[in-house]
Amino acid sequence: MSSATETLKHDAHDDHHHGPAKGIKRWLLTTNHKDIGTLYLWFSFIMFLTGGAMAMVIRAELFQPGLQIVDPQFFNQMTTVHGLIMVFGAVMPAFTGLANWLIPMMIGAPDMALPRMNNWSFWILPFAFLILLSSLFVEGGGPAFGWTFYAPLSTTYSGDSTALFVFSVHIMGISSIMGAINVIVTIWNMRAPGMTWMKMPMFVWTWLITAFLLIAVMPVLAGVVTMVLTDKYFGTSFFNAAGGGDPVMFQHIFWFFGHPEVYIMILPAFGIISHIIPTFARKPLFGYASMVYATASIALLSFIVWAHHMFTTGMPVAAEMFFMFATMLISVPTGVKVFNWVATMWRGAMTFEIPMLFAIAFVILFTIGGLSGLMLAITPVDFQYHDTYFVVAHFHYVLVTGAVFSIMAAAYYWLPKWTGVMFDITLAKWHFWASLISVNVLFFPMHFVGLAGMPRRIPDYALQFADFNKWISIGGFAFGLSQLIFLALLIKACRKQGEPVSDQVWDGAEGLEWEIPSPAPYHTFDTPPVVK
Amino acid sequence: MAQQEYQKYYVPESSPWPIVGAVALFLIAVGAANFTVEMTKGKEGFGGWILFAGIAMLIFMVTGWFRNQIHESMSGLYSDQLGRSYRQGMAWFIFSEIMFFAAFFGALFYARTIAIPWLGGASNNAMTNEVLWPGFEAVWPLLQTPGGIESTQMGWFGLPLINTLLLLTSSVTCHYAHVGLEQNKRKQLSVMLALTIFLGCIFLGLQAYEYIHAYDIGLTLDSGVYGNTFYLLTGFHGLHVTLGTVILIVLYFRVQKGHFTPDNHFAFQAGSWYWHFVDVVWVMLFFLVYIL
Repeated sequence: MSSATETLKHDAHDDHHHGPAKGIKRWLLTTNHKDIGTLYLWFSFIMFLTGGAMAMVIRAELFQPGLQIVDPQFFNQMTTVHGLIMVFGAVMPAFTGLANWLIPMMIGAPDMALPRMNNWSFWILPFAFLILLSSLFVEGGGPAFGWTFYAPLSTTYSGDSTALFVFSVHIMGISSIMGAINVIVTIWNMRAPGMTWMKMPMFVWTWLITAFLLIAVMPVLAGVVTMVLTDKYFGTSFFNAAGGGDPVMFQHIFWFFGHPEVYIMILPAFGIISHIIPTFARKPLFGYASMVYATASIALLSFIVWAHHMFTTGMPVAAEMFFMFATMLISVPTGVKVFNWVATMWRGAMTFEIPMLFAIAFVILFTIGGLSGLMLAITPVDFQYHDTYFVVAHFHYVLVTGAVFSIMAAAYYWLPKWTGVMFDITLAKWHFWASLISVNVLFFPMHFVGLAGMPRRIPDYALQFADFNKWISIGGFAFGLSQLIFLALLIKACRKQGEPVSDQVWDGAEGLEWEIPSPAPYHTFDTPPVVK
Repeated sequence: MAQQEYQKYYVPESSPWPIVGAVALFLIAVGAANFTVEMTKGKEGFGGWILFAGIAMLIFMVTGWFRNQIHESMSGLYSDQLGRSYRQGMAWFIFSEIMFFAAFFGALFYARTIAIPWLGGASNNAMTNEVLWPGFEAVWPLLQTPGGIESTQMGWFGLPLINTLLLLTSSVTCHYAHVGLEQNKRKQLSVMLALTIFLGCIFLGLQAYEYIHAYDIGLTLDSGVYGNTFYLLTGFHGLHVTLGTVILIVLYFRVQKGHFTPDNHFAFQAGSWYWHFVDVVWVMLFFLVYIL
């Protein structure tokens, strides 16, 4: 009890102008959006390397046809946990970290709206992944049913680590929901006077819509894992035809979550790119309003396209047609975005600093991923592509050269603002070019082996795929190693080794975050600025 | 946004409670996972104890965290803007809860209107019925599963109807408690709030009785998708009513201590929103699970 009253005194000590606490306590007890943003970003990078290490295992096994390094059950665990870690541990927390760092600075708020809950939503994440990773070591092995945990793989045919998997997913969901509530309330309620809706920076807009998607669909994920748990352990038959259920029902509920989830992982990326391209093209964003409406349209459409993941389950033809056309409709607002970025660059005074290189690579490579998505949307064609490496190529183009590249672009773009020093540009160039080349060697040939019929999630393959797979693996190892350059660069930057930068950092940069000092002080906008 | 003077937005310098809560959730997750496996596979282990420790720690955390917040609120640290943050946060939290229930209602719809008719041969699934589940008849409620498990229907008349009336009444009393608070009629506030809690408790008692009755007449958790949706929907609803009742009880004691003013009572408002929310879910449940 005495500790409670002590903390109360400490809490009530409402003085904003001293710096961070010392030592580990700063990170454990912090309510500061910048500290929490840093925690999220480092955590996501560690998870990125962890999930990446699993991808290396997968690529090592697939380097040659035949089974040589790991046994098939472990291979399945690697594909499963790699996917879960990259989705819930790397990409989503990275965006939440960026939201924490940037949204209060961009809208002129003193902090996130609910600072204590902000800390909670971060600190439950490492525990969730501790549980997930530890499940690899229980008797019978970790989850091996793919990150999509389709029933009956996750119910009838799974090991007892499934319970750990279910509860770790629950915690990830709780974390995301709390993070999203914080973002949405911050944006709704904490904007500086004069910052009307249509003056909000694009990153803030895209995150507002992303947060809405998160609150809408993460509970559905919680519902579906709960049904998996009761089906597996408590005798229910939601996904079992013998009891009147249906395994396909699992897929419907899962993808009702899963498809909006896809946009959760790309909308903030759209926001980031919409900041970087105008800065280095030295022109305002082309078609700001259309960008806002396009983002909202994509989000709304994301709720009515889920069954395009399920074309081969034998749905009625009418349903297949509906989901095909609804899906293709999404390419309209997405196209609006791509054309707007290109139009922003058109006749701009372009320079090619590192964030811009990543941004341009994003526009081109994400578009490739979008176009292969359009191919997959065509029902009869999807019958051919379903569960092949073509699908793997598609979603890695949108997630790695899309989401991950945008996160790296964002890190390079705002890092000088966070640390106050310019990062090591030589290392950054190495990182960019090595990543760009290797990522294409890694994922582009997957289109070919996929079209030729190589199935995903199988540790062995027919001999005719051997050459391409060798190159894919080489690309994979090179991409993995390239990220160590990024790690070295980040460590240097966090130790403030580099040239000090100006407040504006980049000479075309606009927005409230560029008007405060570099590095950004521990507390910013205690009293809100007035936006004209 | 036309504030004459900006009231400082309260940001606590640091707080020990979130990390305590993170450890608590960790223990709950590990404990619940192990307990599930141990209970259903008949293994020995510490899952139950870890789960129990986690829940105790979570209660400790919530108590400490709210204690801090109540003190902050009572000492006037909170601006109107912060009050709006809390209200909006609560509203979005309730929206997330609605979506959680939506997943289970969705399962109910899908099983009723798609899965079961298809198993019975509807649409182009004649062979499914003929070959895989010969003799299976698609009816709702599903009292005989394709696998042959039989169960009994829960009628809507009787206890469920009484429970519906109880909860609807409690929503009204909860509203009048709120009106009493806003008009500074403390007596009305206390009485109406106590009445709401009382009705909530009776609801929970009758619900427990109904479960025993259901098990007696042969509707169990493993008796096919009718029983599954029945138990998971009513079960999660019951958990939410339990939580809502606890919230109302805490509010009652705060009212007795003289907390809340007509224009500063976020906690009360949040609690009453939550209570109305569990009511609405029940009405949906009553129609979709019991009557239709």
